[in-house]
Amino acid sequence: MRKMLIPYVTGGVTDNWTDHLLALQEGGADAIEVGLPFSDPMLDGVTIQRASDQALARGVTVASIMDDLARVREQVRVPLIAFTYANLVFRRGPAAFCRLLADAGISGLIVPDLPIDEAAAVRAAAADAGVDLILLVAPATPDDRLREIAAHSSRFIYAISRMDTTGERATLAEAAAPLVARVRAFTSLPVTLGFGISGPAQAAEAGRAGDGVVVASALMRRVLDWGATPEDLRHEVAALRAALDALEVSADRTAYAEVSGHRT
Amino acid sequence: MSLSVTTMTEPVRGRFGEFGGRFVPESLVPACAEVEEGFRDAWSDPLFRSELDELLTVYAGRPTPLTPARNLSVQLGITLLLKREDLAHTGSHKINNVLGQALLARRMGRTRLIAETGAGQHGVATATAAALLGLRATIYMGERDIERQRLNVFRMTTLGAEVVPVTSGSRTLKDATNEAMRAWVADVEGSHFLLGSVGGPHPYPWMVREFQRVIGDEARRQSPAVPDVVVACVGGGSNAAGTFAGFADTGARLVGVEAYGGAAINRGSPGVVHGTRSLVLQDDDGQIAEAESIAAGLDYPGVGPEHAHLASIGRADYRTVTDDEVVAAVGRLARSEGIICALESAHAVAWVLRAAGTPDLPSGSTVVLTLSGRGDKDMATLAGGAA
Repeated sequence: MRKMLIPYVTGGVTDNWTDHLLALQEGGADAIEVGLPFSDPMLDGVTIQRASDQALARGVTVASIMDDLARVREQVRVPLIAFTYANLVFRRGPAAFCRLLADAGISGLIVPDLPIDEAAAVRAAAADAGVDLILLVAPATPDDRLREIAAHSSRFIYAISRMDTTGERATLAEAAAPLVARVRAFTSLPVTLGFGISGPAQAAEAGRAGDGVVVASALMRRVLDWGATPEDLRHEVAALRAALDALEVSADRTAYAEVSGHRT
Repeated sequence: MSLSVTTMTEPVRGRFGEFGGRFVPESLVPACAEVEEGFRDAWSDPLFRSELDELLTVYAGRPTPLTPARNLSVQLGITLLLKREDLAHTGSHKINNVLGQALLARRMGRTRLIAETGAGQHGVATATAAALLGLRATIYMGERDIERQRLNVFRMTTLGAEVVPVTSGSRTLKDATNEAMRAWVADVEGSHFLLGSVGGPHPYPWMVREFQRVIGDEARRQSPAVPDVVVACVGGGSNAAGTFAGFADTGARLVGVEAYGGAAINRGSPGVVHGTRSLVLQDDDGQIAEAESIAAGLDYPGVGPEHAHLASIGRADYRTVTDDEVVAAVGRLARSEGIICALESAHAVAWVLRAAGTPDLPSGSTVVLTLSGRGDKDMATLAGGAA
């Protein structure tokens, strides 16, 4: 099965951020997370904080990001998933907020500070608007909560691979694979790993453990620190794509070897 | 009305009316639930209570006196009684909550305390409790607050705590709180997040109010009669919550005094920040505004959810005072009573000075005012302002 690759861009981080968005698509993204910047991103590490601050300093608003998306809507072929914090949702009201997303062509919503216990109103509003509210699980989540979260999930489950904020790390957390295995006991939905996945090697490792990966800080750091162009990002995403696709090939070979009785 | 008997009890599912809740990342939900269970268990355990009472007595110096402000009372035509939290160890009410939570952290097997601080009073109290109980302490403090509260930074490091400067956002208390919560996510097994005010996710608003209840309970015992008015300053609102808790079931009028530049109740709107739904200063999109107050401890755009609730049901009134009124109040109290209070506490004094003799605070009223802390830390700020 093709492993899902979900790269991220902070809405409005640069003038030409929608070019970056389209480059993520060209590089081989299966869906794209669009960050709607919040002043107090409690679960984000320094890179996404800086990207959010930079976007807000440019005067970006939720409405301006939606306008930007409307301008490139014809060119976007992959699903867009908004990533933002609860206060932006409640400020407009869940119903109005989710309609705004749907009108801009966004079909998914991730709200990291909205655990399932607080999510009822947003979940209902999202469903009404045709937006999937994607829930997160963490290594600390006990099984009874995993069951409840799985029961209320749609499209995929976002597994936080480590007990930490977003941001690049040298290695994939040991907690990632066991968490995916625990989630799979309760659902057949795909399980996507995020947090701390920075390069192709880690993406491959995460791809072996789960059904997909989210890569955010590694891409945003290139934009913030190196002034990465859309073309640069396309290359980065293509490398991640290749690493994930290589898993399929090797998985096919393993399957062939097992069927034919050979060990590779 | 039956409101007086139902307010300031244990919140049901962490809710104070439409406010409160637990808006934290999934990574922190189990940790919050553990703190909730741990606190409920400890709070009903007589051994825990007696150990805390003992520390509050022989270590923190409780009970603190209720001092009649003799000269100001005559000048203002009221009876003004000052609940002297400035005389508690470390110089403010913060020690009450910190000793409680530090004992709880130790009981839960945690070895490190993580705390945010604004003016540094909560950081100093946390560093103090950590030293006493053999725990490590990591204190997050905005770079801007570090500049204006150097003395408290030095006190914390002297006590053996690590002070981490926070350079994000407005570089004040709100950003320090974000950073402390991030640090907690990364070490929920080893660390206790020792939140200093009545904000944050459930159970913090309830737990911190209960640990601060000692202020109000003592003041009520010490008052010759139920006062007409009980007043305290409100930033996040912990000293006010603790004070109000002792009088919520009486007929006393409760008044919280906010900094004009950080007046979440008077000038904010419902929002979710730092794990709770409350009133908050924000723009139309929901971006949190930066508060602006001379008192670093009140320089915060939100307020505890129970205060938002008390305001919404009309059980407490909230007023604002300006920085200029606050500076004048520090001087007036100092010269009238020989007490130099903190800029934060001076907000409550400033409202009394303004309101005494008006319909808001009629002549002849008896007022209990919580003086939440002492003003040594603010001398550089005041000297700078006078220069």
